[in-house]
Amino acid sequence: MSKFQKKRGKTSPAISTASLPDIVFMLLFFFMVVTVLRDSELMVKVSTPFASELTKLEEKSLVNYLYIGKPLQKYQKVYGTKPRMQLGDKFADLREIPLFLERHKVKVPEAKRPKITSSLRVDGEVTMGIVQDVKTALRKSNQLKVNYSAKKSSK
Amino acid sequence: MGKTSTRDRMSNEINAGSMADIAFLLLIFFLVTTTIAEDKGITVKLPVWSEEEPDITKLKKRNVYAVLVNAQNQLLVRGELMRVEDLRNNAKEFISNPYGREDLAEKPTRAIISLKNDRGTEYGTYLGVYNELKGAYNDLWTDLAQKKYGVDYSDDLPVAWKKAIREEIPFVISEAEPTSFGEEN
Repeated sequence: MSKFQKKRGKTSPAISTASLPDIVFMLLFFFMVVTVLRDSELMVKVSTPFASELTKLEEKSLVNYLYIGKPLQKYQKVYGTKPRMQLGDKFADLREIPLFLERHKVKVPEAKRPKITSSLRVDGEVTMGIVQDVKTALRKSNQLKVNYSAKKSSK
Repeated sequence: MGKTSTRDRMSNEINAGSMADIAFLLLIFFLVTTTIAEDKGITVKLPVWSEEEPDITKLKKRNVYAVLVNAQNQLLVRGELMRVEDLRNNAKEFISNPYGREDLAEKPTRAIISLKNDRGTEYGTYLGVYNELKGAYNDLWTDLAQKKYGVDYSDDLPVAWKKAIREEIPFVISEAEPTSFGEEN
């Protein structure tokens, strides 16, 4: 009995937790760096298809996003189940595209404007009709650089 | 003197024990709000808008690689049914025409891909087809880059190299106005 007690007494009383904040801070900084705060809440279901020939969108400020997909469950009562387009944080009509592009454009310095890319985030199950209409609208407003958002697939 | 000593004792050491808690709080906040960005996709350059459609019937038939996708997501390539998996190799053979066949492209600079889909085609299928066509060109570019410069083709190559490669094998794709036979969702 006395043997046990003696041993316990000898071991160092506690592990030092002084370095714990450092570890936690390291993790914290990692997540702070990789975090992108989502600017708008998605109102449509978008699950992009898989593709292998991808290019990365480099400068976030030069990209505007157009979402196309079926409205989420909670919006289906009002907006139905047909695929719709979302610009910014609301459902939009095709006619609102030029204004949307223009609003984004004025925020970009003039020298960089030719590099503006439109990212089309389209659900894989949507039919081409609405996508085609959006493409035509983009061409009409002379926004020709387009990126079809897709997930990386192994070959 | 007694006064300073009390202050000294008070500010002697700030208790840092709660620092970890604060850091944890922040950490958990960022963990929850993080969405690791997946901003990747297939970049395309749309043609300038014009009222009239480009007329590909004027071109020589052997130089046109016509791909049709119908509302049932089936593929018709130069009049024959094809699976998406076979498209890449077939397109590569058409563009490079290694054996100088009469019915394939005269040379890569003359080759034109004509892609036409239906309004009822699923977007996933369309992008899959586009991906394979782009992939065919990427493969050919890589072959050429390996031959010329001994490196793979990528966006990081010097501009002059990329230009030289793309002049030899230009990526020309013409997308016709889609048909509207199928049902849209």
